[in-house]
Amino acid sequence: MTVDYLIELFSKLFDSPFVSFILAVSIAGIPLFVLMALNATVAVYVERKVSAFMMDRIGPMGQGPGLHAGPWGVLQTIADAVKLLIKEDTIPSSADKLLFKVAPFIIFIGAFLGIAVLPFSSVIQVVDINIGVFYIIAVGSVGVHGIVMAGWASNNKWSLYGAMRSAAQIISYEIPAGLSIIVPIMMTSTMNLQSMIEFQSGSIWGILPNWIIFNNPFSFLAFFIFFISAVAETNRTPFDIPEAESELVAGWMTEYSGFRWAVFFLSEYANMFVVSGLAAAGFLGGWLSPIPGLFNSPIWGLFWFFSKIIFLIFVMMWFRWTFPRLRVDQLMHVCWKVFIPIAMLNIFGVGIWKLIIG
Amino acid sequence: MGVVQGDQMVLNIGPQHPSTHGVLRLEVTTDGEIVSKITPHLGYLHRCFEKHAENVTYEQVIPFTDRCDYLASMNSNFGYVVAMEELMDIEISERVQYIRVIMAELNRVASHLLALGVYGLDIGAFTPFLYMLRDRERILDMFEYTCGARLLYNYMWIGGVSHDLPKDFVKICVNFLDYFEPQIEEYNNLLTFNKIFIERTADVGVIPAEVAISYGVSGPNLRGSGVKWDVRKDEPYSIYDRFDFDIPTGTGEFGTLGDCFDRYWVRMLEVTQSVRIIRQALKDLPEGDVFETMPKKIRPPAGSVYRRTESPRGDLGYYIVSDGTPSPTRVKMRSPAFTALSCLDEVSSGWMISDVLAILGSLDIVLGEIDR
Repeated sequence: MTVDYLIELFSKLFDSPFVSFILAVSIAGIPLFVLMALNATVAVYVERKVSAFMMDRIGPMGQGPGLHAGPWGVLQTIADAVKLLIKEDTIPSSADKLLFKVAPFIIFIGAFLGIAVLPFSSVIQVVDINIGVFYIIAVGSVGVHGIVMAGWASNNKWSLYGAMRSAAQIISYEIPAGLSIIVPIMMTSTMNLQSMIEFQSGSIWGILPNWIIFNNPFSFLAFFIFFISAVAETNRTPFDIPEAESELVAGWMTEYSGFRWAVFFLSEYANMFVVSGLAAAGFLGGWLSPIPGLFNSPIWGLFWFFSKIIFLIFVMMWFRWTFPRLRVDQLMHVCWKVFIPIAMLNIFGVGIWKLIIG
Repeated sequence: MGVVQGDQMVLNIGPQHPSTHGVLRLEVTTDGEIVSKITPHLGYLHRCFEKHAENVTYEQVIPFTDRCDYLASMNSNFGYVVAMEELMDIEISERVQYIRVIMAELNRVASHLLALGVYGLDIGAFTPFLYMLRDRERILDMFEYTCGARLLYNYMWIGGVSHDLPKDFVKICVNFLDYFEPQIEEYNNLLTFNKIFIERTADVGVIPAEVAISYGVSGPNLRGSGVKWDVRKDEPYSIYDRFDFDIPTGTGEFGTLGDCFDRYWVRMLEVTQSVRIIRQALKDLPEGDVFETMPKKIRPPAGSVYRRTESPRGDLGYYIVSDGTPSPTRVKMRSPAFTALSCLDEVSSGWMISDVLAILGSLDIVLGEIDR
């Protein structure tokens, strides 16, 4: 169910290609928007609960018969969202007002665009383009412009530090992430996410699913490099130095409040969703079932794809509530002196592997 | 106008900042991420402790000492009452001595747990902080059970304590210790031996022994630099000479001697030693009346006394001058956290902003005690 299919459908009903295009794009886009809002809402709730259980707390709970936040606190995020929406939207008097207002939306767009090409199932995908992987990596780096803008426009030293750190970090970690995603591209000889997933069907020795992560030692390593770099790109602990609470107060979002801040939050969770989706599609067999040959209908596909994404997001939360934070130079050290050389060797190794074993 | 400003930036860390451990302002001159100079600005929490003390009676000073080092009020009380008893030359009952040691050591554990947890928070690890606060809570519950207060106890009085221990206190305390000792292993697995934690703290903010001594740094910060100095052992007060315990010192396990990790690690080891002391004291706890030796009228003879005790932050000294009237002429408190903070500039110049906060956290300062 791609946009192309919808355009074709509508062009039979309407004469104007413009009308059918707008209709098709909105029908495909609105569910994505809802999905993102839902993702953030659920992820925030889950993060609260996961962190609570990891910290030996109970997290948000309904309080007595009045159920202030609903049973088990499920309405906590809704309450938070309402609070953020009705909060005053303060803009510092010395801020660059235009950039300050625009920045959250640029970050949001960067996070939102990537979701459009994620293959939710063999038949559910908004746009099926032949350079899907490249597209996600490309639009993923749009966000950094927004971060630098936010940091600069706030006219606050903490924001500036946060923005500079973030720019350095995201740009650096794009390289190992990009180099690692080359491994599945080399093995499948395609950048199309659907064909990439189809390549991974079947099984190895009849037991393991034929996912790229299990295919050879180099791709196994590549997955971990990709995932860790993805965590760094989404600015999550242990790589959350741009918004390091104990150092930079809140980094580049120090001066933001209310809805603009909520947009940052939404984007963070959307980013997590997109990178987890790319990792799932590129390495973990996308919508394929973990039991080779069973449960592979499109509806099950939706389930498997979301399960993989949710698992990866859970691992990110697990990281966050377990690890301390790296220092900015150690972060760069890990990226440039460890990950990039290994990722390079990986590409070389996969090339040899493909040449010899096939 | 038109003058080149240079490329240094002045950054104010605090007074409203998540990791200044109170209300402290650090004026930091930075070149990018590298810090070249730090000037701590104090006084946001100044409450005129010494002036207040001159205008109240001797026993009324005790609640003020609570509010100095609010994380280890028992130890603050302890120093003052030990100094006063020395000035008045009174003997106190055995039971009071033991109760005081038990309370002071429990409070040392509580204070160190907070210091260690908050240090994890400074480095970016949230979870260990809550684990440690969870266990600290049980200590505070015991204090509440004994004297009704959870933070500012006003428990140790001149010549005695305000309340005797509840009947089942020993059982509760032993239960707690049995539960608590395995937890230390958990903290170590979660935080201490984490690779990132070691990377962040080892070799960072090294205080060489001679620098530490010349600044007057004391307590775990001094022992972290490898100097074996503990007032409880070297100038025993109260009944500390009766207990068998070790003084852990830094060894430079993962980096250089005297780095942030050593200071952290010394605190962790001290918690174990405090547990040892508490166990011995609970075993020997004699029966008796805690009010028996309390003087009816507190009017020390003219003269002065200086007594130092080992608070969780180090060498806590009280200098009390008396002119024979019911209120002191002068009470001076030597704050260990103040001396620790004074070496911050020398230790952390040349490190990064993140390291400055790591070093500040490793010194375990309490602003209430610094500003008094």
